Amino acid sequence: MLTFVGRRILVGIGLVFVASLLVFAATNLLPGDAASAVLGRNASPEALAALRAELELERPLHEQYLDWVTDLAQGDLGRSLTNKQPVTALIGYRVVNTLALAVTAALLLLPLSLVLGTWAGIRAGRRADQAISGLTLAFIALPEFVIASILVLVLSVGLDLLPPLSLVRPGENPFSHPTVLVLPVLTLVLVGVAWMVRYVRAGVASAVTSEYVEMARLNGLPEWRVVLRHVLPNALAPSVQAFALTLLWLLGGVVIVETMFAYPGIGAGLVQAIASRDLPTIQSTAMLIAAVYVGITIAADVLVVLLIPKVRTTK
Amino acid sequence: MTKVTVVADHVERRRCRGLRFASSWWVRVWMVIGLLILGVALIGPYISPYSATELAGTSYAPPSEQFWLGTDALGRDVLSRVLWGGRTIIGLALASTLLAYLCGGAIGLVAAYRGGLADSVSMRFMDVLLTFPALLFLLLLAYGLGPGPGTIVAGVAVVQVPGIARLVRSAALEVSVRGYVEAAVARGEKTHAILVREIVPNIASTVAADAGARFTGSFLAIASLNFLGLGLQPPASDWATMIAENRSFVSIQPWAVASPAILAAAFTIAVNIAGDAYARGLGRSSDPRP
Repeated sequence: MLTFVGRRILVGIGLVFVASLLVFAATNLLPGDAASAVLGRNASPEALAALRAELELERPLHEQYLDWVTDLAQGDLGRSLTNKQPVTALIGYRVVNTLALAVTAALLLLPLSLVLGTWAGIRAGRRADQAISGLTLAFIALPEFVIASILVLVLSVGLDLLPPLSLVRPGENPFSHPTVLVLPVLTLVLVGVAWMVRYVRAGVASAVTSEYVEMARLNGLPEWRVVLRHVLPNALAPSVQAFALTLLWLLGGVVIVETMFAYPGIGAGLVQAIASRDLPTIQSTAMLIAAVYVGITIAADVLVVLLIPKVRTTK
Repeated sequence: MTKVTVVADHVERRRCRGLRFASSWWVRVWMVIGLLILGVALIGPYISPYSATELAGTSYAPPSEQFWLGTDALGRDVLSRVLWGGRTIIGLALASTLLAYLCGGAIGLVAAYRGGLADSVSMRFMDVLLTFPALLFLLLLAYGLGPGPGTIVAGVAVVQVPGIARLVRSAALEVSVRGYVEAAVARGEKTHAILVREIVPNIASTVAADAGARFTGSFLAIASLNFLGLGLQPPASDWATMIAENRSFVSIQPWAVASPAILAAAFTIAVNIAGDAYARGLGRSSDPRP
């Protein structure tokens, strides 16, 4: 058991290392060097030379990479190229804002999708299942920003209930104006629930048709007991993985939703940094997202093994 | 066990040929809606009253006889921009999906048929690709290569390749031990002939089962990139860019956001529903497995 956890953590470290290679490659190896990428095609030679010196681009790539990784590991993310502030200060409050958004959405969508997914699963093929499956099929087909636009059109423009943009000043607690969080969270919940319900439903529907559930029914157990004691525990593993997949999707979803509502989180920050070609901010944010992504994947693997003894024997 | 399901598949496939999978009325309704929107996207540019980039009137003109859906912040006709805005985004989504099927299919076939080192190396590489967040990859690519149609198509294809390669590999492995493949090997046929004539036709329906969902996946990724301003560049019109550029003026000119949103939404829903009905007809789930 411990060796399994240890091995997964080692794999995770390896994956973060690969991610750092990818991020470094994407920002350094592509046509033109980082300086001309930052300054654009019409930059003067002097400005290019100055920025090359600042970014130390004259040195061999492997030295640059090693320097960057060691700085990163020590928590030194460099300085932003647009306003010369340390990147840590620039993305610090954004991380808090994104966490507020993502955690609220995750806490709401977890119980909702477990209930809807289980309901659809135990009624597989009947009307409730058809309604839930049809709706989720529609919602996973929609881009997040389209759902957000429709919500804005109905709730902000039509009914004038909520602000169409979620403006929060830097350093301000986003929960101090809860109304600005409603539309972004609602968008994330609608899409996230749709994804997760489909996975949970599949897990429950296959558990319902299993022989042990039939046996429990033949033994005359009441239906609620069959569901609670026999179906749900066996749908647990797929549900944990479904939740992990939904969280991973949420990492991308926040980028779109934050941009849509002009909410100052790391996703919108990353998009702005790419638009203004602010290299250190891009690299740090990308590594942060990649590390969280790997962390969630590993944590889900470990959690499944901890919760479900059956999986342990096969590992 | 596998043999039994395989036989069932063959029966299913014969029964579901053509459009017979559109059995329930609402699947048919959605397919008609999808085809209508596809038609609008294809012929839209030829019937639009103005060009997509022409400054045809004053800013924020309300809907009128002259501008059916009003004008946007720059005075461009919203209806014309909507009519122009479907072709590129649908075309690019189609192109990247096809590219992904070509590359993923080739990798999966080679991995399954060669086995050994080629198999394990390519599949480990696919695993690593899958552990990198797709949107982050696309954003970094847009930064590194610069936004543009080539970047979009290639990037979205790369995101889709691992899932397709795995699916093709497992389907091809299942088929490669069948009698007709062994017979072809015994006849001394060349490897590529066996792959093309024996294996590909027999895994086609398995691989196509989640094609609808994969196309919507490409569409969503491209639309997201365009929306973030890192895909197709203005002033060209596409539905996602329209929503992005008009969202700040949504209370003044709601149609400029509503019309592209409704068309994009209805189109992707239609594709997903048709794809799901097709996959169900084959007795499979349309949800793409990673």
